Amino acid sequence: MKRYSVFAIAREALRYHQGWEKAWRSPAPKPAYDAIIIGAGGHGLATAYYLGKNYGITNVAILEKGWLGGGNTGRNTTIIRSNYLQDPSAAIYNKALSLYEDLSQDLNYNVMFSPRGLLMLAQTHHEVRGYLRTVHANNLQGVKTEWIGPEKVKELVPIINIDGPRYPVLGALYQARGGTARHDAVAWGYARACSAMGMDIIQQCEVTGVRSENGQVTGVETTKGFIGTRKLGIVVAGHSGQVADMAGFRLPVESLALQALVSEPIKPCMDVVVMANTVHGYMSQSDKGEMVIGGGTDGFNNFTQRGSFHHIEETLRALVETFPMISRLKMLRQWGGIVDMTGDRSPIISKTPLGNCFINCGWGTGGFKAIPGSGWAMAELMAKGEPGPLAAEFNMWRFREGQFIDESVAAGVAH
Amino acid sequence: MLILECPYCGVKAEETELSPGGEAHLKRFGPGSTGEEFEAYMFARKNPKGVHFERWRHAYGCGKWFLAARCTATLEVFGTYSAQTTEPPAEIVEKIKAKRPDWKGTK
Repeated sequence: MKRYSVFAIAREALRYHQGWEKAWRSPAPKPAYDAIIIGAGGHGLATAYYLGKNYGITNVAILEKGWLGGGNTGRNTTIIRSNYLQDPSAAIYNKALSLYEDLSQDLNYNVMFSPRGLLMLAQTHHEVRGYLRTVHANNLQGVKTEWIGPEKVKELVPIINIDGPRYPVLGALYQARGGTARHDAVAWGYARACSAMGMDIIQQCEVTGVRSENGQVTGVETTKGFIGTRKLGIVVAGHSGQVADMAGFRLPVESLALQALVSEPIKPCMDVVVMANTVHGYMSQSDKGEMVIGGGTDGFNNFTQRGSFHHIEETLRALVETFPMISRLKMLRQWGGIVDMTGDRSPIISKTPLGNCFINCGWGTGGFKAIPGSGWAMAELMAKGEPGPLAAEFNMWRFREGQFIDESVAAGVAH
Repeated sequence: MLILECPYCGVKAEETELSPGGEAHLKRFGPGSTGEEFEAYMFARKNPKGVHFERWRHAYGCGKWFLAARCTATLEVFGTYSAQTTEPPAEIVEKIKAKRPDWKGTK
């Protein structure tokens, strides 16, 4: 892999940019690997990257039924934060945030991480109490967040209407380290680094079956034939239940559609991320100037990657009240992704009933921000066969034991 | 937009008039059941990509719970029926089999 640098740009400028190489190879699958990861989204690629970087396991294939980063990694609203309520969540999301901070240098690929600050608006007295509690919890967890009053909110977000009659802004939970990153670049950067370590990223290769003997996975059936493996990692978000079904176990997840949309590009008007959980909407401005807007999930099981129109309407109706200036904005694009929701709205990074098969799923509506931390923890689990401190509490048996990591209260809807 | 016909009042209701209630025909487990059974009842939903039976409530209509057979991969609706039953009625099953010949039935 040729490094990207200012010198590389200068060199290529002198020869008509003929020397750039492809960011990753597209090889045919080998008959067998030390580890196979199903799903070349952010989480799958990050898992492979840290398997190679932290544990020296590079005889790895990452199988993808579509194109890499084409699922939820390419469909989210790119928000990065770690202001969660429960200790295990704070630990893994904060790890992810820390890794994001120097990810561009680590991968030699500009992921455009922008720690522009993130506000979670409190618009009811119930939310004020909830976020004050989160601030206290975060300070104990070593996650730097603070409570700010409505005047400070107005100072940070001049376009906001803080005294709306229905949803006044009573304050906000502020995480200055939070922000956004370029979602595709995260997938592409990890893919390039994985490929450079000799890993095979095999796109257009759908897994159709999981072969196992005596409780151990021996390989996977795919649309490109059988591929053997010593270890299997399932990192497929919305289709986790389907792949788990092939492996012969059931997961406590349900798949729902979550939508997002962007407006036409306008001049810079908001340089922080604003989340408003009471009204189920969140918004930031992309570098191109589009307002990036997300809302809530649909209430019914769905695999179609498109959601119900009335959710868009509800989201925008509420946001227009909080940000009156967006009322005349035209919306450019809208899309949906399939998110896998668990009962406690926390992810699963876990061993499975099959000895050498591991699963990483259940990130629900908030997986993008966790990509580096999730890959870090999943790589440790796959390399050692046992979860490390980051993943231990996210095992899939916590539901049986009643040891929930309950973020549904803390997160509400917006992630 | 999802449209379901309420089997009680006969209204063809679109989804803003309805509340989703999750998987239908759950077998309840209570005191005395094993940890696995209780976990499965509480959390392990079938979540199929394809034919799915679910509970809905005609929230802004007659207010009653009913059941629907729907395809989660295409959003096609096979039919709705009364909630006073423990399994899908024969005519709904026939309809699904006609449209999804390789459907494996309710597991």
